[in-house]
Amino acid sequence: MNELIQKAKSLLESNTVQVVIGYGKGSADKTRAIFLTKPEDCDQLLFDSRCVQNLAVYLTKHEIKHLGKPAIVAPIPVLRSILQLAAENQLKESDLVVLGVSPESKLIEFESFGAIEVFLETHKIEIDEKYKATIDKIKAMPVSERFAFWMEELEPCFKCYACRAACPLCYCPKCTVENNQPQWIPAASHLLGNLEWHVMRAMHLAGRCTDCEACYTACPMGIPIHLLTKSMLQDVEEHFGPYGPSVGKQNTLSSFNPDDKESFIR
Amino acid sequence: MTEFEPKIVAFVCNWCTYAGADLTGTSRIKYAQNVKIIRFPCTGRIDFMLLLKAFGEGADGIIVSGCHPNDCHYTSGNFHARRRWIMFRGLLDLLGIDVRRIQYSWVSAAEGAKWADVVNTTVTAIRELGPYTDYAKVANYLEKEANV
Repeated sequence: MNELIQKAKSLLESNTVQVVIGYGKGSADKTRAIFLTKPEDCDQLLFDSRCVQNLAVYLTKHEIKHLGKPAIVAPIPVLRSILQLAAENQLKESDLVVLGVSPESKLIEFESFGAIEVFLETHKIEIDEKYKATIDKIKAMPVSERFAFWMEELEPCFKCYACRAACPLCYCPKCTVENNQPQWIPAASHLLGNLEWHVMRAMHLAGRCTDCEACYTACPMGIPIHLLTKSMLQDVEEHFGPYGPSVGKQNTLSSFNPDDKESFIR
Repeated sequence: MTEFEPKIVAFVCNWCTYAGADLTGTSRIKYAQNVKIIRFPCTGRIDFMLLLKAFGEGADGIIVSGCHPNDCHYTSGNFHARRRWIMFRGLLDLLGIDVRRIQYSWVSAAEGAKWADVVNTTVTAIRELGPYTDYAKVANYLEKEANV
């Protein structure tokens, strides 16, 4: 990790960036996001298997933007989110310095978003077999049993919106849930509102989600909401071909193909 | 006991299906009265949340209908809508919301008879499925609490 610390220091010293977003020591044995503005603080940076938070979420927050140009510590899920944000015109290459971290915890420097894309070619999004099995098991249930299963899973949700706050792609300044004319999603936490919120969240991420699981990790009640986005990712691949964030590509639901196939429209 | 009469909400586009439904009437074709039609500028405007709201307000079935592919008044609205429906249907199915209760169709302004057929077959199908009690139980959370 010395390389990363040295690099962060030199970037701050040369004033190439004004803030380094990385992982540092949190409470107990946890890690947390840290924002370094002074070269001498860079020794606090660390990287290990506990660093699962998706730091890309901070790139679009105005509190962080206001600190100046950032350098960001970016393991693979963060790299994917950066590409997706760039594809949605939320980031420019000149906006940030990407300090990539390979699966072997080696520092990789990227000259451009194109270079990130080339790197990710060899690290494609793959849904874990155990999740595939769970999704298949849920889909095999009879329809009312499936509904009852999800109602039980969604019941503990109290709409803290941590899933939204943790997601790098939920960057709308005003979310649909904050809309009250009309009130699309009831604010109280009851089953109908919970269901509508999670359907809406999943639909707004359809064809955009990069499968970082930040939403599930952030959920204080451990609701398996990542299964919804994972299943949609499978659907995107099944209907619209291989999927992965790419700067030049339009989102699945903002584009179309006249030859899209379905079997349910008469 | 009277027979169950399904409540069906139809979300249709202004240019094709609404005109098609109009033609059904002017052609004096009789069809089931269970359907309440809501007119939209385009199928691309039919937000997925509206479908959930319809179920939440007590609909037993939903029809979503618009222009055939390549016939959209706005060129590509129905192509976008089609992608959205494909994704939405997959999500609803995973969540255990009964996708058999949502009928999607393309009905052009010239297909008055097809509209009557779409409505009739949907009404028959929903009548067989019965009232959508699973969703109603969730939607009527206030009544449930009042009864406790």
